[in-house]
Amino acid sequence: MKHRHSIVFWAGVAIFLAAVLSMTQIVRNEYPFFAGYVILQFIALAVAWSILGGYAGYVNFGTNAFFGVGVYTAVALFKATGAPLVVQIAAAAAVGLALGFGVGLLTLRMRGIFFSIATIALAIIIETCVMNWRFVGGAAGIQIQRPPVMAPFDSYVKMLFFVQAVLVVIAVSTARYIQNSRIGRGLQALRDDELAAECTGVPTLKLKLVACMISGALISAAGAPAAMYLQYADPSSAFNLSYSVSALAMALIGGTAHWIGPVLGAILLGSTQQLLAVTISSEVNVLVLGIMLVLFVVGAPKGIIGLLRPRYRLRAGGKP
Amino acid sequence: MDLLLGAVVLGVLLGCFYAAVSVGLSVSFGLLDVPHVAHPAFLVLASYGVFQLNESYDIDPLLAGLVITPLFFLFGLLAYRVYYETFERRGSDAGVRGIAFFFGIAFIIEVLIIMQFGVDQRSVTATYIGKSWRFGEFRIPIRQLVAFAVALGLTVLLAVYLSKTFMGRAIRAVAQDEEALRLMGANPVRIKQFAFGIATAVLGIAGALLIIVAPVEPTLDRAYIGRTFCVVVMAGLGSISGTLIAAIILGVAESIVLTMFGASWAPAISFAMLLAVLAVRPQGLLGR
Repeated sequence: MKHRHSIVFWAGVAIFLAAVLSMTQIVRNEYPFFAGYVILQFIALAVAWSILGGYAGYVNFGTNAFFGVGVYTAVALFKATGAPLVVQIAAAAAVGLALGFGVGLLTLRMRGIFFSIATIALAIIIETCVMNWRFVGGAAGIQIQRPPVMAPFDSYVKMLFFVQAVLVVIAVSTARYIQNSRIGRGLQALRDDELAAECTGVPTLKLKLVACMISGALISAAGAPAAMYLQYADPSSAFNLSYSVSALAMALIGGTAHWIGPVLGAILLGSTQQLLAVTISSEVNVLVLGIMLVLFVVGAPKGIIGLLRPRYRLRAGGKP
Repeated sequence: MDLLLGAVVLGVLLGCFYAAVSVGLSVSFGLLDVPHVAHPAFLVLASYGVFQLNESYDIDPLLAGLVITPLFFLFGLLAYRVYYETFERRGSDAGVRGIAFFFGIAFIIEVLIIMQFGVDQRSVTATYIGKSWRFGEFRIPIRQLVAFAVALGLTVLLAVYLSKTFMGRAIRAVAQDEEALRLMGANPVRIKQFAFGIATAVLGIAGALLIIVAPVEPTLDRAYIGRTFCVVVMAGLGSISGTLIAAIILGVAESIVLTMFGASWAPAISFAMLLAVLAVRPQGLLGR
């Protein structure tokens, strides 16, 4: 049964990547790639966020810290050595992993809102440090010259679109693996009742640390190409709080009981925002984000998948 | 030396102002345990209300703050009712979804302000804004002195209210043992709702102080998340006298760092102190 699920999943992944690749070869207009890149980026962020926030129930507001660190790892590396994009992403993931370890050690013993506030605090502190870091442009930001585009792609945006699609696949398959593994079951146990989980021998702190590191690495990796996409980086947009709220809102709106939830939430909200940004304004974007978040949190606590599959609603009802 | 002394004096003034903007959170988060991250957003909203009254009717900002206070009281009653019905009564992971809920509210308020007033900084006019007193080497802006005096009065008033009046004691009792209060025939939800109303009403005046001290912009609430939570956590949850002490410590620290290292490090100070307190002494200075 599980094996067949895997075949379906990997076939889906192969079809998705093939579709993305052929789209970059066929479609001439560049606009869909600009918009699609942002949506893919949000899928990666929402899925990565849910590994700690959804499975373990620790609401991380520091998504922007990991994202910004990813952006600036790439920028610093590119400026210092001119490293290619793949190296930048790998480095960003490594730094995100290390940051996740540090953040986790410092904050994961805190409960509930204290953990959330601590992660906001870390984000602001890191942002302030980057603002005072001259090498990467400080508060004023830095312009990035893109290197020449690589073979099968005829523009840089199309290439970044494909790269982000690969990152989405990595994030989703990691989240799926964790959900079905002992790590995921341990995280769900501690989410339901941390004390009981600890008493029955679940190594709660270790599992939370692992989740925080993996989540952090994936978020940083998703942020690494952002500087290349915008050809520009500055601290207040790289560390913008709206990345945190978006990732969290998309995951909660989709539902966090299954990896598909954040994907659905990010596609729904991300594409709505792309449409609104074109037709109306970016303020309305944030308004929609806020209203959807509040509506779902109040009206559909288990998100879209909770609405689609009553099983999740039943499971929620039993909780104290 | 004079420079440092000046920084400390300004820091104390600033600190009392921080106490006034945090004292409501000390009630809603400290006593009632509501994860109210939208508190600073309500604060900025109050400032814009004061701005509007000052702009169109030329009312003194402090008076304008008084005018909107009853509105904010009702607003607080309503907000708690919604929070109670959707989270506390149902009881299922109220913490996680409660934070997300208030964050959503904060974002909505930010955007509504931007749509109504634009992203530019706004300030108010009054006779005491713009002048300052000289003391030898350093100057103290009169707006800071006004804010200091009102903030101190507000904080002390709330502390007295909570410790001396019947309702104030009921609020503290509901924070300590809700069940016992229920057994004695009181309605804890009504008391909590009233307390949340008070905590929000205080923001009317605090919002006036915010726009008196400096011009405001729609996203200013983000900086105040750190400051208000830093003060409330450092104080020890729900301690009003601790709020004043913690706020003064924060004010002096910010003022000194500003003088010594420059403004670019300022945003991180409150958050760094908050982290340090959470890591070292999570029960706060005067914690239980």
